[in-house]
Amino acid sequence: MAEPAEEEYEEELPAWSLPTAGLDAIRMPPTWPDRVDREWAWGGSTGKGAVVAVVDSGIERGHSLVGDVEEAVVVTGAAGEEPQIEEDEEGDACGHGTACAGIIRSLAPECRLVSVRVLGSGWTGSGRKLVAGLRWAIDQGVDVINMSLSTTKLDLAAALHELTDAAYFNRTIVVASAHNMPVESFPWRFSSVLSVGSHELDQGDTFFYNPNPPVEFFARGVEVEVAWLGGSSVRSTGNSFATPHMSGHCALIRAKHPELTPFQVKSVLYLTANNVLEEDRG
Amino acid sequence: MADEKLRDAVAAGVLAAEAGHRDLLQSIVEVARAIFAARASSIFLLDKQADELVFEAVAGEGAASLIGQRLPSSTGIAGWVLVTGQPLVLDDLENDPRFARDVAESTGYVPKSLMAVPLLHDEEVLGVLQVLDRPQRERFSLQEMELLGLFANQAAIALDLLGRARRARAVVDDESPLGVVARLAATLDALPVERRDPALALLGALERVLNP
Repeated sequence: MAEPAEEEYEEELPAWSLPTAGLDAIRMPPTWPDRVDREWAWGGSTGKGAVVAVVDSGIERGHSLVGDVEEAVVVTGAAGEEPQIEEDEEGDACGHGTACAGIIRSLAPECRLVSVRVLGSGWTGSGRKLVAGLRWAIDQGVDVINMSLSTTKLDLAAALHELTDAAYFNRTIVVASAHNMPVESFPWRFSSVLSVGSHELDQGDTFFYNPNPPVEFFARGVEVEVAWLGGSSVRSTGNSFATPHMSGHCALIRAKHPELTPFQVKSVLYLTANNVLEEDRG
Repeated sequence: MADEKLRDAVAAGVLAAEAGHRDLLQSIVEVARAIFAARASSIFLLDKQADELVFEAVAGEGAASLIGQRLPSSTGIAGWVLVTGQPLVLDDLENDPRFARDVAESTGYVPKSLMAVPLLHDEEVLGVLQVLDRPQRERFSLQEMELLGLFANQAAIALDLLGRARRARAVVDDESPLGVVARLAATLDALPVERRDPALALLGALERVLNP
């Protein structure tokens, strides 16, 4: 069982109400246009300045579709021991993390990628490693965390819930894959994450807002050409490939508007979703 | 002799159940292969003690040689699916020979395409179902993913039953502390009737003490 995240993120008790004198402190800069569109949201952005962590099977170094990986760590530790974070020199234990990194790179070519490998040292203890990897990424204060994975283990749900809430309040956007099957799993079901399912279209920049949550957005996840092991590429399908499409868009928005909170980024994505834009045009 | 005979009899129900569930798993991979018109289909079971994946059932290509073979539990495609609990569909695997060799380790041959789905029962992940080389007709659709999920659900129930049968078998084995119950039953069965009746009376008394 992972340590509760609560203590780590406990802050000095802030004022949870607003005195009139405090109005100036929360004055919002008039940066939002009357109608938010994609040009305002990420036009001209390459993702430069935004940091995206991929919590997955690792990222293969030197893959032409991925480019530079700024930092790579692995969560280690035998069963029953406290998980440790170490520098990762092994790359990718499966190919999946490389695939996600390649999709993010294709949308946000100048973002900075960080690999957090939580797979490869056995099934036993893998859930706790997932929690430890997520905690590390949040502690780094990255802009976006791509989590194309989930756990069905109920005893990890509370720790994951606290962590995703901590991320949400610390300005880190956690983007998580919804399960492809009707299965209860975490953390995608939490409202503090941005949850993603697949649509069947072949456009990577097409995404839809879902008015019937818990899945909040649908992005490209069917027959996506992705980077894989040994410098190769394969065609792949699954919500786990829809997720990095939303992560890529988050990186673009964050790079252009670093002041936006996860709530505001979600709002921008809602306003720029294809079904919302099209509805607006009538 | 009599001892062994009765213990075998006690175990027979359990063993027969295990054989029946093996047939069920085999039937699931056969049907999965037929429905998807695939070249092969296989089921891996997670061996928690060894922390490895074990081939339990294979239909089609590579069938005979793969049963019982073991794979690491958290690397490769099957390992990713097991640990993350998410299905994965990959096509055009033959693009890169190095990657193809890696895949072949979990398939017995080099497939062009692969679908892998976790076998989930309640919150437990029990194993992985793979379907290899379905015909490359039109685009893959989310409906196929749904169908795969339905199959996975059935296979997970079968795997859960298989696990129960194996645990039951371990209980009647001599190795288990509870094996004494099976041995006692065997001894009683072999006793002449004039000794068995008082022994049964004694056990009846014990039962009332244990379970008043």
